[in-house]
Order: sequence, then C-alpha cells, then structure tokens
Amino acid sequence: MSSVATTTATRTRKGSTAAGRRLRWWQQLLFQALCLFIAATVLFPIMWIVSMSLDPRNIARPTELRLIPPGASLEAYRAVLDRPTANPVTFTELALNSLKLAGGVALFALLIGVSAAYAFSRFKFPGRQYMMIAVLAITVLPAVATIAPLFALLNGIRVSSDLLSIALLIAAALVIAFGLMIVVPALRTGTASGGTYAVGGLALVLSMLLVYTAFAPAPGDVFVLRNSLLGVGIAMISGALPFAIWNLKGYLDTIPKELEEAAIIDGASPNQIFFQIVLPLAVPALAVTGFLSFAGGWTEFFLSWQFLTNPKDFTLAMALYNMTGQYAGSVPWSRFAAFSILVSLPVAIVYLLLQRYIVGGLTLGGVKG
Amino acid sequence: MAATNPGMATLKPKAARSPASEAWRQLRTPLVYLIPAALIMALVTFYPLAYQVWMSFTDYGVIKEEGKQTLNRFGPDGQPPPNYRPAEWVGFKNYSDILTNEPQFVARLGGTFNFWRLLGFNLWWTFSNVAFHVALGILIAVLLNVEGLWGRKIYRALYILPMVLPNIVIATVWRNMFDDQYGAVNQLLSMFAGTPVNIRWFNQIEPPIPGVPLPLSYYAMLIANIWLGWPFMTLVATGALQSIPKEMYEAAAIDGATGSQQFWNITLPLLRPAMVPAAMVGIVTTFNLFHIIYFMSGGGPLGQTEIMVTQAFKLVNAQQLFGVAAAFSVIIALVLIPIFLITNRISRATESYDV
Repeated sequence: MSSVATTTATRTRKGSTAAGRRLRWWQQLLFQALCLFIAATVLFPIMWIVSMSLDPRNIARPTELRLIPPGASLEAYRAVLDRPTANPVTFTELALNSLKLAGGVALFALLIGVSAAYAFSRFKFPGRQYMMIAVLAITVLPAVATIAPLFALLNGIRVSSDLLSIALLIAAALVIAFGLMIVVPALRTGTASGGTYAVGGLALVLSMLLVYTAFAPAPGDVFVLRNSLLGVGIAMISGALPFAIWNLKGYLDTIPKELEEAAIIDGASPNQIFFQIVLPLAVPALAVTGFLSFAGGWTEFFLSWQFLTNPKDFTLAMALYNMTGQYAGSVPWSRFAAFSILVSLPVAIVYLLLQRYIVGGLTLGGVKG
Repeated sequence: MAATNPGMATLKPKAARSPASEAWRQLRTPLVYLIPAALIMALVTFYPLAYQVWMSFTDYGVIKEEGKQTLNRFGPDGQPPPNYRPAEWVGFKNYSDILTNEPQFVARLGGTFNFWRLLGFNLWWTFSNVAFHVALGILIAVLLNVEGLWGRKIYRALYILPMVLPNIVIATVWRNMFDDQYGAVNQLLSMFAGTPVNIRWFNQIEPPIPGVPLPLSYYAMLIANIWLGWPFMTLVATGALQSIPKEMYEAAAIDGATGSQQFWNITLPLLRPAMVPAAMVGIVTTFNLFHIIYFMSGGGPLGQTEIMVTQAFKLVNAQQLFGVAAAFSVIIALVLIPIFLITNRISRATESYDV
C-alpha cells in the first residue's frame, strides 16, 4: 500500500523536484540490505529468548542456535508460572507484589504531582525558578545514590502492626476525603467532567490499596517499615514524585492556554480552571506519566533487593536476578527466558499502544532510570 | 527574583502595596497547589538527602566488634538494645578514604577499588555510548527517511522494540547471550568461523586491544547498550527530519549540491536543536545506567568496569558501609551537578515559561 502511495506522490511532483525521485534499483537493494541487517540485529536477542522459552527439554543451558527448538512447547511457561525460583512463591504472588508497588507509587505520584505541575506550569510566583531547579536536579540524581539514608531512616521506623493498620486506615480516609472534596462540589454544581472522575477514581483505587495493606496479615509483632513493600514504595516515591511533577509540567506547558483565558474572562476561579479545564485536557499526559512511573516500578530492583528479606514480599525483578548470574545455579535457561518474556509483555504492549504520546514526553521529561 | 519576574517592579508604584504583601498575593494560589507535593518531597526526598550528608561524615554501618554491635536504635521493645552504638562523627575520613584510595579501605572493598579509574571509566563509558547512540540514531533516521524506500513503516515498528523492553530484562538477556559457554554470541561466531569459539567475554582480564586499558566486558556491554540506546535517538531524529522543509533540499539540488553536501550542510545543522537535548538526556541516563553494568559484568573483571552507581550500591548492599556509601553518593552528586547545569543551560528546561 505504501509503495503505491509514494509512486503517485512522486508522479504528481515529477519535473519540479529531484528530491522526490524514485530510487534506482541498486539504491533500493543497498538500502533494503542495510535495513534488513539492522532489523536482524534488533530481532536477534528477541528471537533467541523467544525460541529458548519454547524449549521443552528442560536442559540447563542451550548448546546451539535454533529458531524453533525440536518439540516446541509452553512447558517452561507453565513451570515458571508455578514456581519461578527456589523461594516458595508463585509467579502470581511476585506479579501482585510488583503490581502493588508500581501501581501504588504511580497513582500516588500522579495524584500529588499533578497539582504541583499545574502550579509550575501556569503561575508566576517568587521562588518558582528555584523550586523548579530543585525538582529537576532530583530527577538527575540516580535513585541508587539515596539508598543509604533511605535504608537507615526507614529501618529506624518500627511500630506494632496494630498501630500501622490504624495509620494506614487514617491515610486511606484522608485520600478518600481528598477525592470527595474534588468530586462532590463538581457534582453539586453540575460541572463534573472526565478529569474530576479520573481524580476521584485514582483516589478511590489508592485508598483501597491502603485499606488492603492495613488488613493484610502482618508478618510479626513489630513492623519494620524498611522490610515491607510499603517502605520500598515510600523510598520509590522519593524519586518518582519529582519525575512525575517534571514530566507532567512538560506536558501541561504544551496545552494551549486559550481555553483558560476564556474561562478567566467568564470569571472562573483557579480551582475551577484546574479541575474543569486543565485536568480533562491532561488525561493523556496523566496516562503517559502514570505509565512511565509504573514501568519503572514494575522492574524496580535495587531498593527491593536491599530492603526486603521476606520471600512473600519479593518482586519480579528480584526473581529475575535470582535466575541469572551467580544465583542462577541450575535454573534452566528456558525458564529464565519464559520469565523474562512474561515480565516484559505487559509493559511492552502498553508502551507500544501509548508510543505516540510517550515519545514526545521522553525528551520533555526527566531522566530518572 | 526580580530578573525572572519583571512585572513585580513595574506594578509596585501603581498598586501601593508593600513588596511582601505583593509577593504573598502572588504566592497564595500556587502555594495551595504546591503544598501536598512540597510536604511529601520534604519528607521523603530532601530530608533523606540532608541526612545523607550527615551520614557521610560518620562511621554509620561500621561494626566495631565482630558482628556484635547494631546501629538499630530501636529493639523489639522500642528501647535501644544493649548492643546499640550510635554512629560516630569521623569528619572527612570517608571522603579522603575514597579520593585517596586509602590502602586499608581498598582492601576492605576487595582490593580492586580505585576511585580515579572508576570516575574515568564512568566518563568514558558515558561518552562512548552516547557518541554511538547519536551517530547511529541519525544515520538510521536518515536511512529510514529516504523517499521511496520499501517497507518503511515495518522497519520503524521493528526498530522501536529495544525501547519497549524493561532495562533489567535487556541486561539479563544480554548477560546470558554473552555467556562464554552457552551464550548465543559465541555460538553465532562459531557458526560463522566453523570452529568452536570460546571468548570469555566477562572473565578475560587482558585487554583485547593492546594499549587500550578496557577489558572485553566493556565491549560486550557497549554492544548491548548500543542495541538498547540508538532507537530513542532515531525517534528524536526522525521527528526533526520530518520538520525540515523539502524545498531546502530542492533548492540545494538546483544549486548543484551533492547528497553528502546536503547531509552536512542542511540535515545535520537542522537536526542539532533536537539532538542536543536528547544527547544530554542520554548522557545523564548512561552515566547512571545501573542495570547494564550490574547485571552484565557486575563491575568485573577486577572492578575494571565498575561505574559510580554500581559501586555505591555495592557499598550499601555488599559491604554495608552506609557512611562511606553516603560520602560516595555525595561525590556522585558533585560530579553530576556540572553535567546538570550544562544540560539545563542548553535545554533551557527551567527557564520561565511565557504565561
């Protein structure tokens, strides 16, 4: 289809242009060879891992290169879903932990970050420049470089499980109240829109997560904040929040201000403008920023590896590390391959779906890895 | 602030307000929006950073007597346990240990630590990777932009794949691909060579190019990271290429410019505004690229491919020297600040957005 389109396009411009000319056959051949070579290098590791994951023989290591191993089956996937590592945890448990961590951090960062991003994007106030530099500088600092103080501080927070449950329930109530504060007035004035519901929904999900954590059975009498998903989540927020603020600010800057100016003339307050005009327009930005934070959290490694000791809390990235390098032992590589694919798929699919929005934002946004 | 906010100065005489109340009036509304994030960041971002600076001047984490002492102030009953020892102030000792490669300190880390080699390698690692990313990114974008090329859409869709996979998966997969016995790279080379090839990618200590003090594992990781990094640059370059008006090439062609002249005099200068910020992002990302190094070579052989962030993690994770790790992290920040300032200047990221 595309080649037909280009030929008609060149035909219409024929005579007036040299740039739009058709390629000579040897040029086409040369460029195709180059493109195919690049495609081969891109696909080689992916094909390798896919074909290895289909190997049914359960041998420890591959001994030859084969595109489709003899008797290909999904046996490795079954084994990995059942019990990926030596630890007594299933894939579902690992994935749930990663999901809670990544989802909670992403939601929290969005909820808190979007209003700060709005302030940076739309208001002029004394100290704005310095605050923005502070936020941006944090996104440049590597997350690994704050691991020592976060470990020490979170390790010092030890409370009894009951106290923790109460604290979490209070936090959940606060989040719900925050959501209601936004949704109820909008409903009353009849001006509720997609943005209001989005914020309300986010608050609801986040508070549900908190309530769930509050009632989840605690491992011991004393709860060490460091040795829990909650602690890892707090440590991750340390980097995720500045990233979300910066990324959202970049997107908000690109939203034209004509609508807001019109609303100001109609006498709208800054709050009305934020909730009824800016938030609905920022839904794609929220989705992309939320996704990027989620993707970072989904495979977060060093904080979880350093903080968590209870196998019930382990995450996907930790299991993946357990299957490679010095810890691999006799884990068949077919399982490692299947596990890698299972970890990558959800993120990769969403990435491809949101690709158009993400690419613009990557250059605007921060650089935190 | 007057420089960034010239409106203030002109308003003052007319509105007969004191500067303080004027500032407050401007700050009031944005403050409401900033407070939640400011509180959270103060608590989980800035306080730990300040604590880190304090930690860097202490012996935090050093166990004095054979695993007996603990730095956990709170025991099971909420009271300090009997073996609790508060961290002691050691002044600049951590910094001087790191910067002068103090022999006892180096021995404690396994004997291969050398700060200046580490810093040099980290900078070279960053520079060499980003150079490849940008050069390949531009060339491939130009190739894909050739008019009349068949299957452009398919290639563009394929070439984005390295970007969408999680870094940690890419690193572990490439680690196994470069395995000396079972890795796909050696198997592929064996296929072409016809004889078994057993390159010890991660364990060979002698540099493969005599005179260049870079071990084989550097080249393996360079290959993996080039694979990972160029698609982003191609995406950025493609976007910029498509905004170059065709008339410029037509005019150049009429004036008799050859293809390579057009590339050097039209394409490259017009790509610059898009590529420079992207390269800056790439530099910071690559400088801090934890996953590739930690999961592929693990810093080996003999710590020759260690970078700052992997060393910082090992100081906490393996050696549990929190004070030293804090000092090391402060040094990382000091190295990054100039890079950040240059980035900020070039990309004008925090400059006032025209309201």
